[in-house]
Amino acid sequence: MLIYLDNSSTTRQYDQVTDVMVQVMRDTYGNPSSLHSLGIAAEKKVREARKALAAVFGGTEEEIYFTSGGTESDNTVLSGAAEAKKHTGKKIIVSAVEHPAVLEPAKRLEEAGFEVEYIGVDRQCHLDMEQLRRALTKDTILISIMGVNNEAGTIMPVGEIARMKDEFNRVHGTNVWLHSDAVQALGKVPVSVKKEWCGVDFISASGHKIHGPKGIGALYAKKGLNLKPFMVGGGQERHMRSGTENTPGIIGFGLAAKIALDNFEDRRAAMTAARKHLLEGIKQEIPDVLINSPEDETCCPSVLNVSFMGTRGEVILHTLEQDGIFVSTGSACSSNKKGQSHVLTAMGLNDKEIESAVRFSFSEFNTVEEMDYVLDKVKRAVISFRKLGSFR
Amino acid sequence: MNEQNILIVRCGEVALKGMNKPYFERMLVDRIKKNLRAFDGVDVRRHEGLIFVRAEKNLDINAIIKEISKVFGVASISKAVEASSELNAIGDEAVRYMMNLIEERGIRTFKVEGKRADKTFPVKSPEIGRIIGAKVLVGCKVLKVDVHKPDVLLHVDVRSDRTYIYEGKIAGFGGLPLGTNGKGLTLLSGGIDSPVATWMMAKRGMLIEAVHFHSYPYTSQRAQEKVEDLARIVASYCGRFKMHVINLLPIQEQIVMNCPEEETTILVRRFMMRIAERIAKETGCMMLITGENLGQVASQTAEALVVTDASVSMPVMRPLIAMDKVDIMDKAQEIGTFETSIQPYEDCCTVFLPKHPTTKPKLERILQSESKLDVEGLIEAAVKSQEIVNIIPE
Repeated sequence: MLIYLDNSSTTRQYDQVTDVMVQVMRDTYGNPSSLHSLGIAAEKKVREARKALAAVFGGTEEEIYFTSGGTESDNTVLSGAAEAKKHTGKKIIVSAVEHPAVLEPAKRLEEAGFEVEYIGVDRQCHLDMEQLRRALTKDTILISIMGVNNEAGTIMPVGEIARMKDEFNRVHGTNVWLHSDAVQALGKVPVSVKKEWCGVDFISASGHKIHGPKGIGALYAKKGLNLKPFMVGGGQERHMRSGTENTPGIIGFGLAAKIALDNFEDRRAAMTAARKHLLEGIKQEIPDVLINSPEDETCCPSVLNVSFMGTRGEVILHTLEQDGIFVSTGSACSSNKKGQSHVLTAMGLNDKEIESAVRFSFSEFNTVEEMDYVLDKVKRAVISFRKLGSFR
Repeated sequence: MNEQNILIVRCGEVALKGMNKPYFERMLVDRIKKNLRAFDGVDVRRHEGLIFVRAEKNLDINAIIKEISKVFGVASISKAVEASSELNAIGDEAVRYMMNLIEERGIRTFKVEGKRADKTFPVKSPEIGRIIGAKVLVGCKVLKVDVHKPDVLLHVDVRSDRTYIYEGKIAGFGGLPLGTNGKGLTLLSGGIDSPVATWMMAKRGMLIEAVHFHSYPYTSQRAQEKVEDLARIVASYCGRFKMHVINLLPIQEQIVMNCPEEETTILVRRFMMRIAERIAKETGCMMLITGENLGQVASQTAEALVVTDASVSMPVMRPLIAMDKVDIMDKAQEIGTFETSIQPYEDCCTVFLPKHPTTKPKLERILQSESKLDVEGLIEAAVKSQEIVNIIPE
């Protein structure tokens, strides 16, 4: 028995994706920049992948740049925007619960003299929109707010923020950019700039979170915005991202993105059902739990974060692993605070709540039947820990 | 001559062992050969109370020295050149040797220390020094003699067939060759102390077998990987050994559920010792080795150690018992285990750590607590479920 519930960390690659990548590595190994037919064959396939990503973001092919992953896309936007707009303003707005791939470059920019405002969240990781509204000043150059939080699963109101930003720009004649790290959102919530995410200027995405390969990502960058490139060299990706294209990765990613978009509703339905079943089971059968994820429609169907009070998340994790169930935690079993999740801390959870937090993250491969088994094993793990703990 | 690099390896205490001397020397040569097995074209042999290592010039002599210095029983190592035992030849070689040092280190003063192991050599030791010193003065015009603080103290060691010329000594760890002092079972945790304790006993010639306790799933697999990393570092000195891995969780559960909280740690310690003793007997170990250190934590107070000791009949070696923590840490740095030891993976979950552990346990009360447990059955089950990991140095 193997039940993988750590899909926010990474996912199992689709077999079709593996097959197409192997085929590319064997046969389509030409350099897309080469003038001969082998190069052109590779270029053609890269173009198909680019189209698939463009469809996901509702953009055009020229607005898609392939990178090495979510981290590189985030870094490119943060440092590129700061470099391009350093004479316009000094303020950058990010949420306190961003991925380190956004927070760390923001910290660097802070050291370099930029002002960074961190927008707080509530208990369910909902963004403090009032603070964001106040934070937005004429000195602002970039707002970076993730699409879905990786630990709580909370969907951020990126579309609403985009409208706020556009309105602000219109009134004040400014040109504030909006970036969203959509690594967790991709394939689970709509991220099209033609619809829900209208007005978003930059979007980061990653292959391995949607059953694609690792080491490949994408950046959507709205046409006409002159972001300063992060990687320079041979001028690939229209000078935005130098380095020979990772063709197997790009083509695998393209296929995974296509599958994600084509089966969007089915995939979502599978995750929603599994998550709902487990959530209800936990609430009914395990006393003294704290549901850290939102329980309404503001939660992405891929994530369920629960604190089993009086236990340690890491021990639950290792116990479940013996039953073939793989989850993740909000902190490492270590006495120092360093291992604690900055997200759960920002959400206002106390040490005990963080220590006992477990994250279940779903994919379309999970079933409702599996969740019965998971619930039973979780229940046992929690009870046996509490039994020991009750002697203390 | 001198187409090879020559190392003179001195055995420290080994030389003191009277009738056993040839045995110890053979063991030492064996160990050096083992440590140098990765190098092709190295010759190791005993000769007149010294060990000579000859290595082809293309081999990395510093790597060879490093490997030899890890062998327990080696007191010091010198890089030497050789000459036939005849004054003119020795003088020529000494001049060449000093010319090199002038070029490499810019030395200006020297002194020659002559010695004749071969008493039939017609010139006596002080005379050797004077004659060779004079030859060096003639051959190396920039050098002057300084008998008090020379830049280089040149040793000329005249032996029956050859003469060896060298300066400086690279210190080894000393100790005794491995395998000359029985076998001990060490209780290896992921901390700073136990690898050092193990190393110290191995240094005195003791072969090592290890036991490691964990509480999976209350501890992580990474904690065990860390212990294996540590064990491999220790094995780079004492050679490959077996590590018996035992899950203590069933025992800890019984203790937590049946015994007073403040006694948890000492009770667990006593179980560890008993299990270790059982494994030691099965594997031909004659002693247990722990990293315990007087007063360091609640389970290492004098009273606690007495109670722990009372659980076994086998002698328990505690080489760190009277060291200060800073000295143990220095030693860990020196042998290279420190950085691995301080990685944050815990090998005992806090759920098993009492808030206020007893620091002055009484044996009677501990025995009373243990009477509530099926001690024999628990030990039996723990030993039965052991896994064995082969620790092979990299």
